[in-house]
Amino acid sequence: MSATGIGASVRRKEDLRFLTGRGNYTDDINRPGQTHAYILRSPHAHAKIERLDISSAQAAPGVIAIFTGKDMAADALGGLPCGWQIHSRDGSPMKEPAHPPLVIDRVRHVGDQIAVVIAETLGQAKDAAELIEVDYAPLPAIAHPGKALASAAPQVWDEAPGNLCYDWVIGDEAEVDAAIKGAHHVTRIELTNNRLIPNAMEPRAAVGEYDRSTGDYTLYTTSQNPHVIRLLMGAFVLHIPEHRLRVVAPDVGGGFGSKIYHYAEEAIVTWASAKVNRPIKWTAERSESFITDAHGRDHVTTAHLAMDKDGKFLAFKVETIANMGAYLSTFAPCVPTYLYATLLAGVYTTPKVFANVKAVFTHTVPVDAYRGAGRPEATYLIERIVSQAAREMGLDQAELRRRNFIKREQFPYQTPVALVYDSGDPGGCMEKALKLADYSGFEARRKEAAARGKYRGIGFSTYVEACGIAPSAVVGSLGARAGLYECGQVRVHPTGSVTVFTGTHSHGQGHETTFAQLVSDKLGIPIENVDVVHGDTAKVPFGMGTYGSRSLAVGGVAIDRAMDKVIAKAKKIAAHLLEAAEADIVFENGEFSVAGTDRKKAFGEISLAAYVPHNYPITELEPGLEETAFFDPLNFSYPGGAHLCEVEIDPDTGVTQVINFTAVDDFGRVINPMIVEGQVHGGVAQGIGQALLEACVYDEEGQLITGSFMDYTMPRADNLVSFTLDTHNVPAPDNPLGVKGCGEVGAIGSPPAVINAVIDALSPLGITDISMPATPPKVWQAIRSARPPLAAE
Amino acid sequence: MTISVSMTVNGKTVSGDVEGRTLLVQFLREQLHLTGTHVGCDTSQCGACVVHVDGQSVKSCTILAAQANGTEVVTIEGLADGATLHPMQEAFREHHGLQCGFCTPGMLATGYDIVRRLPDADEARIRRELSGNICRCTGYHNIVKAIKAGAEKMSAA
Repeated sequence: MSATGIGASVRRKEDLRFLTGRGNYTDDINRPGQTHAYILRSPHAHAKIERLDISSAQAAPGVIAIFTGKDMAADALGGLPCGWQIHSRDGSPMKEPAHPPLVIDRVRHVGDQIAVVIAETLGQAKDAAELIEVDYAPLPAIAHPGKALASAAPQVWDEAPGNLCYDWVIGDEAEVDAAIKGAHHVTRIELTNNRLIPNAMEPRAAVGEYDRSTGDYTLYTTSQNPHVIRLLMGAFVLHIPEHRLRVVAPDVGGGFGSKIYHYAEEAIVTWASAKVNRPIKWTAERSESFITDAHGRDHVTTAHLAMDKDGKFLAFKVETIANMGAYLSTFAPCVPTYLYATLLAGVYTTPKVFANVKAVFTHTVPVDAYRGAGRPEATYLIERIVSQAAREMGLDQAELRRRNFIKREQFPYQTPVALVYDSGDPGGCMEKALKLADYSGFEARRKEAAARGKYRGIGFSTYVEACGIAPSAVVGSLGARAGLYECGQVRVHPTGSVTVFTGTHSHGQGHETTFAQLVSDKLGIPIENVDVVHGDTAKVPFGMGTYGSRSLAVGGVAIDRAMDKVIAKAKKIAAHLLEAAEADIVFENGEFSVAGTDRKKAFGEISLAAYVPHNYPITELEPGLEETAFFDPLNFSYPGGAHLCEVEIDPDTGVTQVINFTAVDDFGRVINPMIVEGQVHGGVAQGIGQALLEACVYDEEGQLITGSFMDYTMPRADNLVSFTLDTHNVPAPDNPLGVKGCGEVGAIGSPPAVINAVIDALSPLGITDISMPATPPKVWQAIRSARPPLAAE
Repeated sequence: MTISVSMTVNGKTVSGDVEGRTLLVQFLREQLHLTGTHVGCDTSQCGACVVHVDGQSVKSCTILAAQANGTEVVTIEGLADGATLHPMQEAFREHHGLQCGFCTPGMLATGYDIVRRLPDADEARIRRELSGNICRCTGYHNIVKAIKAGAEKMSAA
């Protein structure tokens, strides 16, 4: 292994600009003549707009223009499109209400867009927005998914009676019911997967610009996938052909899913920039992010797990209600179906699985994929019910899992819910984690803690997830309206340095380093001679972007394939220069040599010959050395692992302290261990956040109660510990690089480990359930309700 | 009504006309084009905007530009010594203490401030001292490591 090749913890190439304040985020961009946009938003969860009067606002100082939904409708613009179509069990397509960028006469969630004010300064735009007069007729609202289907519930859409978006099933219900009926024991669980707000640290922003002389539009935006935004916004909303529309996603300050989607503000500033013929900048304030960024999770589930007398799983039945919010966001319908229910076998040999998912509309911000997307919900459900089953069966947590794991030699493994896991070793991961976490010493630690008056518990989560999205043929058959391949372009310059163009987007993941390592390793050139370009539709041929842990598993392979083409062409040039047969040319360590001889040419000599082709096989070969590859995987990527969490609870305060967190994950083949560990750290922190701290709360009227960092508890440094990480890597046979995704596993695997630890700590009190987040008041209350009252009470 | 302000920013005297409501961070970003200082929230919680004002770490979204009149301000752009990174910047790079980079300017300013005040702070203390800075990417694991390492480098320097 070279110091900069595959497997080395190369320090990141992108760091220098971020460490010195030279990053270039969307809000850092200022265009000549730029104006500022402020968007007037609904303070009501549900209301009819009876009157909208912008006349006083239009006359306010600095105002250039004010646009409303009627102006957009007059230009016959489209609504924000949804990229997936799900069909209900009766064969009917999901209900897909229109989603105009600015509403016409009704608002459906707090934060819904009503009008945009464009002014010389942001202050003037805000001041003018105060002068817009809106008469609302408030209507009853529904926020909680568990109540949305009730017959008396307020209705979000006339075309979606009962607030039902779709009623979807997978598996054979009758078969599963029969297995449950005949089982030795059935464990039942009811749980909620708490609604979360992604809160990437950089608030969303967009700068739209129009050039009247060419008819070209440019949008700078905080996106994880600029080409997807260009396609969705250009083709469906603004009707601008691709060659007239450039979308740039420069440095982006975190995404976690929330910056995948095409948002109204992008369309508004792009469209309006032509109307006012000046660039327009919009930047969300954090309060605005809370009420406009797509939220995550928000499931209510009941499930049954049937077992035989030895604890062998026989069948698993799941009934879930999933909140879509008021509109369907870009990926929303696929999250609680194909990214959730297809994972319900988990790492176990459960032969029969059935799931019914009812997606519902509510008067809340749209819900879409947030780090893990569907897979955390599946893992939380499975690992909670398995842990509860172990307690009910009187079996050790590790032992019940061992009895049900898919064994390493059983891979590739066809699950009863559509997926074929290509590889894995759940048992191997768990055994390694048990050693690292000193599981055998746990009871002694529990006693020691008890002597100090603390409840100590240990929680398990053994998981698998499907990522590297996605095989186009597979997702197409599942309802995706587009394929999910990736594009990589490798441009070798005359003197042998390389620029890589990738359709993925880095917003913290370190692609500029990892992809450069791929190139340095394969082409044998110094990593300093490799530059990675992403995030600009004018530079990169095409791309589907970064989400679903796909960048390396899909995008990395595309780059690898493009390098194969470069090497193949370079070998032809080398054969000519070395006067040898092409079949005799060997490429190794950056040199082309004739097999069995000392005759060779350096990589840079070949590239120079390609661009200065005086001595060149010009009749057979074009000059130049640049290749493009599109890679569409045949299967998902299946990372998995075992997470063990140890907590201590203070019964006097209800505070849960994470003491140790151990994760052993299977990433196939690791390119940069330092970056991969960093991805796990961040994911685990978000998972612990979900389990102990974070909750997006709406009140009965649909008002967001947790609308700022004062109310929504983000994990902070003193809520967390240093994590204990290791890997147990089984190379992925279905991936040409052998790699598996690593970006989401932390958020997928960790929440049940934490909650299972809390329940384990409290189990001596007879407590069997604590919902997420396990906040101090909730835990304290559970302890008070469970233990006998003190003598004085 | 505008107010004239003048201050030293990264060693250079600067001045400008601001509104009464203009925050220091707005003055830095919008008038001086020092966009390394970031705005991550509107409730003074996230710490992405931390700069040093007269040697104290300050959330530049919590003070008005007018209040900073006559002070000496150091932003992320002024932390390195020319092409030589500050030991804390080096430590963040070495220990992968940043991912998306958005919270990084505030983390560096706070990390530097922690070490200056508490050169021997242990992990628990560093974590407590960091509670005014939010990072969504790193889980703080490598930030804490970097600040510890930065402390050693700074004391050795």
